[in-house]
Amino acid sequence: MSKLITYPQLGNYQIPVYYLLSHIQKYPILMPKPMTYRTLELGSKNSPDFVCMPFKHTLGTYIEGLEQGANVLFQLGGGCRYGYYSELQIQILKDLGYKFEYINLVTKGKANLKEIIQKMKDLDPDFSLKKGIYYSLVTGKMIKYMDNIDHYIRKHIGFEQEKGSFDRLNRQMLQEFKHIKGYFHLFFTYQKYKRKFKKIKIYDMKNCIQVGIIGELYTVMEPFANYELERILAEYHIAIKRFTNARYLLVEKGKKIKKYMKNTKDYIKYKMGADASDNIARTKEMGKQKIDGIIHIKSSFCTPEIGAMPIIQKVAQEYQIPVLFFSFDSNTSEVGIRTRIEAFVDMLEMRRNHE
Amino acid sequence: MTIGIPRSLFYYYYGNIWKSFFDELNIPYIVSPNTNRKIQELGSKYANDEMCLSFKNYIGHVAYLQDKCDILLVPRIDNYGNSNQTCTNFLASYDVIHNLFSVPLLTYNIDGDHGKTEKKAFYHMGKVLKKKRLEVQRAYLKACDKAKLKQYQAIRKNILTAKQPGIKVLIVSHPYQVYDELLGKPIVTLLEKQGIKIIYSHLFLEKDLHASSQKISSTLYFKYSKESIGAIELCKNDIDGILFLSSFPCGPDSLVNELAMRKTSLPYLNLVIDDLDGGAGMETRIESFVDILKEKSKCPN
Repeated sequence: MSKLITYPQLGNYQIPVYYLLSHIQKYPILMPKPMTYRTLELGSKNSPDFVCMPFKHTLGTYIEGLEQGANVLFQLGGGCRYGYYSELQIQILKDLGYKFEYINLVTKGKANLKEIIQKMKDLDPDFSLKKGIYYSLVTGKMIKYMDNIDHYIRKHIGFEQEKGSFDRLNRQMLQEFKHIKGYFHLFFTYQKYKRKFKKIKIYDMKNCIQVGIIGELYTVMEPFANYELERILAEYHIAIKRFTNARYLLVEKGKKIKKYMKNTKDYIKYKMGADASDNIARTKEMGKQKIDGIIHIKSSFCTPEIGAMPIIQKVAQEYQIPVLFFSFDSNTSEVGIRTRIEAFVDMLEMRRNHE
Repeated sequence: MTIGIPRSLFYYYYGNIWKSFFDELNIPYIVSPNTNRKIQELGSKYANDEMCLSFKNYIGHVAYLQDKCDILLVPRIDNYGNSNQTCTNFLASYDVIHNLFSVPLLTYNIDGDHGKTEKKAFYHMGKVLKKKRLEVQRAYLKACDKAKLKQYQAIRKNILTAKQPGIKVLIVSHPYQVYDELLGKPIVTLLEKQGIKIIYSHLFLEKDLHASSQKISSTLYFKYSKESIGAIELCKNDIDGILFLSSFPCGPDSLVNELAMRKTSLPYLNLVIDDLDGGAGMETRIESFVDILKEKSKCPN
């Protein structure tokens, strides 16, 4: 039986994952299509009622992938409830009558390199560790470069003179990243595009409104899950600040969490699970920087963020920054979100004028 | 100095051991009354509206106790080591209460992965309460013995019930839900009124529960969920039906109960309790479930 691999979608990160998987194993890969309402519907129909949204999103992408003939499903797995997704998803998909192989890289919330290598060898007996390490490192770099560019785009996209120029260039860059030959090729491509991005003409950014986005990681990183919140904000000419990205989760979190815990000593004593303590620390950090406003987004029923919300409110009150809380469900309509953002932005502008 | 103990969540795991520990040390303590409507309302007032019902009630108990005691016992339980994690509400409880109320708090931190065991938590409490180490040690050991004895008696009674004749229903739930006056008690009394014998899922030996839960779900790492679904495999030959009881919107239960429901072949009922008081709907569902079980027991096969 020939194998066709697929994996869940998360922002633009399907490109580095595609790059990595296509080089370390021999089977063809089906890139996940951008999510649509059908994906969400398929996912929520077959999920338990009050599970968090990423479960529904990933299940939906899997079902769509399986419909297109994929039969090997990849899942990363991690802490909180995410580590337990795999077992239930296997059961649900089996009950639906699909035949597939499910590879969950991190089980029981703890990464084990030996286990991961064994799983890759089970998938592809020709898996070579040397190749695996090299391409993982290149992919890591690619993610870093992508995050750097994303950071730049997020800050400036609200002020572009020609509409869509950032998006167009970003798409071009990702297309080239997909067919990178090696590390040096990647490096020079990155440098080339960095220069191109800097050349894009933007309006004056002095005295612009700055908004920070914090919240649950999946909802923050996947535009479909947050109803393209960043694009809506860009329409109002707002510079966006966002902390969570793949590089933060994979590399920086371990180091930064200690600093964060130290900074928030007055509010919290212990780690609160997932990104909750990080978000509290970021709220304080942004409060000190006198940022204009904060938007906290999460999928509904995300327990760690619910625990963090009262504390974020308290911190924000002490530093006098307005916070807008969003809880995204499968039924949330985009119009409602737009109205709330519009009111929030109006309020920020008025605050600005008062000062 | 009076210690306040909220009668919710952690109380149902550690209540006995805490009470005898403080008795041994001659420290007065006050336990909040059973959950009632007033406490629930207090909880909803202070809590975030998306929090799980049991945690809302916990906050209600804390609000009730805040001016009745000098120090409040608010534990924080991260994990018990060896992939025995708890729900994130248990992780955040201390900090949430600390930020919502201005009562001084007594810490009771368990974090198995970082060497913070139950014993250390008790020693820490003793230190904060200004008791000598030897005294604390003696009190802790005595309290342990007493609590264990009580626990074993309850387990024995539960296992003996499972062997009795009659229609038996296993309630798959957490002790803080099933023993709560407002959440689980009405359902339990309703079942008992109809002549159903009840078996509690958490009242088995912990060792057995953990081992048998692996048969249903091999990657499960939530300790309390292990203890609730493990019982299904342990007594599946003795029971007639299963009642899944969870409070809205419980995180681990949403995944684990769904998996257990998909894997079991016994008749089951899934009850999710929220803070709306629609008792009639609940009654109808339970009655029809009991009818099914009764009809089924009449048939030879």
